Amino acid sequence: MKKHSLFDVCNTLFAVLLVLIVLYPLIYILSSSVSDPVRVASGEVVLFPKGFTLLGYRRVFEDSSILTGYANTIFYTVVGTLINMVVTVPAAYALTRPGLPGNRIITMIFMITMYFSGGMIPTFLLVRSLKLYDTRAVLLILGAFNTYNCIICRSFFASMPKELEDAALIDGCSPIKTFLKIVLPLSKALLGVMVLYFAVAHWNSYFNSMIYQVDPGKQPLQLVLRKILILERTSADMLGGSEDYSAERYQVAQLIKYAVIVVSSAPLLVVYPFLQKYFEKGVMIGSVKG
Amino acid sequence: MKKPLSVRIKNNRQYYYLLLPALIYVLIFCYGPMYGLIIAFKNYKGSLGIWQSPWIGFRNFKDFFELYNFWDLIRNTLVLSLYSLAAGFPIPILVALSLNELKGRFKKISQTILYAPHFISMVVLVGMMATMLSPSVGVVNTLLETLGMDRIYFLGESKYFRHIFVWSGIWQNMGWSAIIYIAALSNVDMNLHEAAAIDGAGRLQRILHINLPCIMPTIIIMLIMSVGNIASISYEKVFLLQNDLNLSVSEIISTYVYKRGILNANYSFSTAIGLFNNVVNVVMLIIANTISKKFTETSLF
Repeated sequence: MKKHSLFDVCNTLFAVLLVLIVLYPLIYILSSSVSDPVRVASGEVVLFPKGFTLLGYRRVFEDSSILTGYANTIFYTVVGTLINMVVTVPAAYALTRPGLPGNRIITMIFMITMYFSGGMIPTFLLVRSLKLYDTRAVLLILGAFNTYNCIICRSFFASMPKELEDAALIDGCSPIKTFLKIVLPLSKALLGVMVLYFAVAHWNSYFNSMIYQVDPGKQPLQLVLRKILILERTSADMLGGSEDYSAERYQVAQLIKYAVIVVSSAPLLVVYPFLQKYFEKGVMIGSVKG
Repeated sequence: MKKPLSVRIKNNRQYYYLLLPALIYVLIFCYGPMYGLIIAFKNYKGSLGIWQSPWIGFRNFKDFFELYNFWDLIRNTLVLSLYSLAAGFPIPILVALSLNELKGRFKKISQTILYAPHFISMVVLVGMMATMLSPSVGVVNTLLETLGMDRIYFLGESKYFRHIFVWSGIWQNMGWSAIIYIAALSNVDMNLHEAAAIDGAGRLQRILHINLPCIMPTIIIMLIMSVGNIASISYEKVFLLQNDLNLSVSEIISTYVYKRGILNANYSFSTAIGLFNNVVNVVMLIIANTISKKFTETSLF
């Protein structure tokens, strides 16, 4: 017995260590976002907030470029995810139809795209020739179908009991109606995971916008974040006060960074734990193998 | 008795309607660019279009192989992905094996927390590092100073670039990548464990001799897929971490394609580089798959 408990102690310590490594940066950012920037800069903030202030959040919510980006991101995430679902999920269902002529070829056409693609430049030229450059539509359309997620959906549908479906079909219900009225209502877990996967991808992507959109009015939040966090271009009116460079302005700029990280990441971090129990089903290895 | 093909297609037409949006998308936006790949063998001019532009054979590829920084690009790409693979591949397995031995609430809470970084965007991750590793206000440098060490400009010195890239990736994905192994571990037959326990096997022995072999097929599939992606590391993240000071180690094939193609409009040349990269990936995937098929009887296709 003693040997077992020693193992448990070591293993638990290991897990606690991992959790702390993951958690610490998140807590640090959160604490810094509500702390006096002077005390953050001097290194006083190690874990808990010091000198509570909401100045950073106020500046973030007053800034028009962040608000525009946020609104754009919400639009791209909602509409884009909807398009993803409409394109990907029905296709996956159709592929589970036994004896569908062309099933193997269509599956092959989809699978090849996982391993081989035209790449960045030919895609760019195609987008331009289709007059999609610098439009909102480009962020909604690109990636509308996802082979990997389609395979996950297909194996989910394939593992569903067929009785209800067959009964509906025999009763004269059309395949599309059967899919919408019988199959989808039984697939809420799958749909939840798919919505999450697609929504996360839309919410967090920046590269397509960077390549295809030049109008700041159309760009999503991630590009605004890139300007603030990485290119360090905080707009002058965000910092407030005088135009000249000062330590205070610099510290407010830092504070805004922490706040904007929290504001942009919070929605996903709040939502995902509710869908956690479905993740494990979603990534079963059987689904990876075609 | 099989019905004639035309009848079977007609009977199934609604299933084709369901497939139609996906097929249209894939044909236009996946296979369309594949057609566009032929400009790698042409001198593409926007005014002439893809088909009318003159053929130039393999000149773009030759130019690429003779590029002054060709070997730098290859080395940077390979070193970065091999390092990512070597460090990033085993850790999620370890995480899964460890989490699998935990019980109850603590297990669930640990999992929830370990998944969190996966939901943070690349921009935010790099932004977090920029602030936390900042030489002037970053908490890491404050700590170094308290310990009596010098402040370090982590993101500005090329020697730290690879470590920062790889370990931030591990921080972000070790929990999420473990899910697939956790799922595989939940299928391990409990009878094996009971039998082993009766024979006096300890917990660690059972992990090594039961759990690990049971999830080996999963591990191998994941390894094949990772090897197949060896030349396509996350350039979106590399690009964000890139700056003039670390360019000697951070310029990889795909970031170079972006610069030459999108920024400098050298379309044919950069398409050739992208195609080269893609072919390398496919070849690696096939090699890994063949080796695995031969020695372990597990394969992707």
